Amino acid sequence: MKLIYADNNATTQVDPVVLDEMLPCLKDQYGNPSSMYTLAETSASKISEARKRVARLIGATCEEIIFTSCGTESNNAAIRSAIYTQPQKKHIVTTRVEHPAITHLCETLAKNGYRVTFVPVDKKGRLDLDYLKKNLSEQTALVSVMWANNETGVIFPIAEIAALVRKKGILFHTDAVQAVGKIPLSVMGGGVDLLSFSGHKIHAPKGIGVLFVRKGTPFSPFLIGGHQEKNRRAGTENVASIVALGKACELAGEHLAEMNTRVKRMRDRLETELLQRIPQSEVNGDRLTRIPNTTNIGFSSIEGEAILLMLNELGVCASSGSACTTGSLEPSHVLRAMKVPMTSAHGSIRFSLSTANQEEDIDYIIEHLPRIVAKLRDWSPFWKK
Amino acid sequence: MWEYTDKVKDHFLNPRNVGVIKDADGVGEVGSLACGDALTLYFKLDEKGRIAEARFQTFGCASAIASSSALTEMIKGKTLEEAQQITNDDIASFLGGLPKEKMHCSVMGFDALKKAIANYRGEKLPVHEGTIVCECFDVSDLEIKKAVQDHHLATIEEVTNFTKAGGGCGKCHEKIQEIINETLLLHKVGPHKTKKLSNIQKIKLIEQTLEDVIRPALKKDHGDIELVDVSGNIVTVKLLGTCALCSKSPVTLKNFVESKLKELVSHDILLEEVKE
Repeated sequence: MKLIYADNNATTQVDPVVLDEMLPCLKDQYGNPSSMYTLAETSASKISEARKRVARLIGATCEEIIFTSCGTESNNAAIRSAIYTQPQKKHIVTTRVEHPAITHLCETLAKNGYRVTFVPVDKKGRLDLDYLKKNLSEQTALVSVMWANNETGVIFPIAEIAALVRKKGILFHTDAVQAVGKIPLSVMGGGVDLLSFSGHKIHAPKGIGVLFVRKGTPFSPFLIGGHQEKNRRAGTENVASIVALGKACELAGEHLAEMNTRVKRMRDRLETELLQRIPQSEVNGDRLTRIPNTTNIGFSSIEGEAILLMLNELGVCASSGSACTTGSLEPSHVLRAMKVPMTSAHGSIRFSLSTANQEEDIDYIIEHLPRIVAKLRDWSPFWKK
Repeated sequence: MWEYTDKVKDHFLNPRNVGVIKDADGVGEVGSLACGDALTLYFKLDEKGRIAEARFQTFGCASAIASSSALTEMIKGKTLEEAQQITNDDIASFLGGLPKEKMHCSVMGFDALKKAIANYRGEKLPVHEGTIVCECFDVSDLEIKKAVQDHHLATIEEVTNFTKAGGGCGKCHEKIQEIINETLLLHKVGPHKTKKLSNIQKIKLIEQTLEDVIRPALKKDHGDIELVDVSGNIVTVKLLGTCALCSKSPVTLKNFVESKLKELVSHDILLEEVKE
């Protein structure tokens, strides 16, 4: 059975070119970059090259790039650094639709003496900027707003938010895990002080992340130990994955145009056809301001896990904001924050494409999904034709 | 990804008996859109009172659909009395087991069957016995207590897996913990069916049961109870507060106080009431 992978916001396949680039580091070039011989020098110079490539993709300088183990670590490091370096400030502003790496950390801080403001979104998933502005104060240590939402793909106006946060002299962090490699973005000249992203969403392997820290931003390390990453992230460098990430960033830059033309057209076709062929289906999120690879569609009267497992039987990989997929009992916090009606929140499916997808993949999903939805609706007590 | 058994997968992908019976003898509806799963169960009896046909419609995940399908297969050919013996654990075992986070799917089948039988008999099941603890999923204290007892649940998470209670906002976690503690205590003082109790032991156990189990329940309705005397297997009590004035007090005594004492102290206990 052919595998159709349409869950690229969850993770991506390692690009074969990326794999080729990293393999020597797992074989002969195993030196510890901190050591004093040629073998080590090879590792060190490869890291240096990778750092250049990563910096170039987001418009940063090499000194501003810290390699971490994943997006979650980058997010933790950013937020904890912001509060450790400003111990007098006890307020954090974030949104109601962040990734758990931010939400759960902020909830933990809220139990430990911090005040956290969660900025709401409207029913299209757009951020309430006035609410955000009104809640900034001298007590605010950090504002953390994701660049693009993982479930709906909705893009937040980061440049605008960063500028107004900076005007107040407050640090600004953005979780850009779903934006990097999907839309052109740059930290150059803007108000972003801290930015996180992850390798495995852009065809590098799992287990490698990046934290951008703008030059001059006070920083307190999350992991303490050796001198690696200029004393900002201790631990022997994950050389192979760093090298892979460097290559993946280079390729992501090259693929940006394709992502925003060919991939976007595939996404749009998938979405339009499904909406046309399946009654009572609706897109979750602002269709005008989204990353080009993502669509999230709610199908009324049925449940997401059932849809996913039937898609799986046909070799199609997608994901769902439904409760049952995670073992929690309520639909995703993102769909709830958007007040998506319960009739379709439980039956919402996300397809997220990459440059590896082809038109045939879209044809296949369009051909099979309407039948799956019709079948499950036939079985549902809520479906009224 | 859930580890579903092949049988769950089979009953999900090829569910048996999906549909509606227009002239059904019994219909049971449970769940709602907001809860994320719902089941409508229909059955029709033959002339001998056996379930000739059973059908269902389910909104929910794979294990909810599979549990419904399994239930309809299990009840076919049974009398209502036999069908009533089926528990949610039986549904889960029929499917070769369910992931623990999905046990509530089998509970849904069990509840639908109960409702469908009550519907056939023209009985009205009370909308909710007890008081609602979990508002997100509409679960009462008695439902939680029953789940804790029947399945030996010891943590909030386990209670959520079986009943869904506590799976939403989390406000009721404290209350759920209280119910767990209370039920576990009850379990400790438990029925001494094997051992013959001495008079002293019996009186002590009656007092403890009144204190831990009966009095808290009566106090919710501003009532109370006093132990007057114990003579052999005859326990004499006096109802106080609102219970003393309540016209339903004989029912309370028989169905609640006496049955609790039978359950927890000794099955031969008989209750007598003295009035002022």
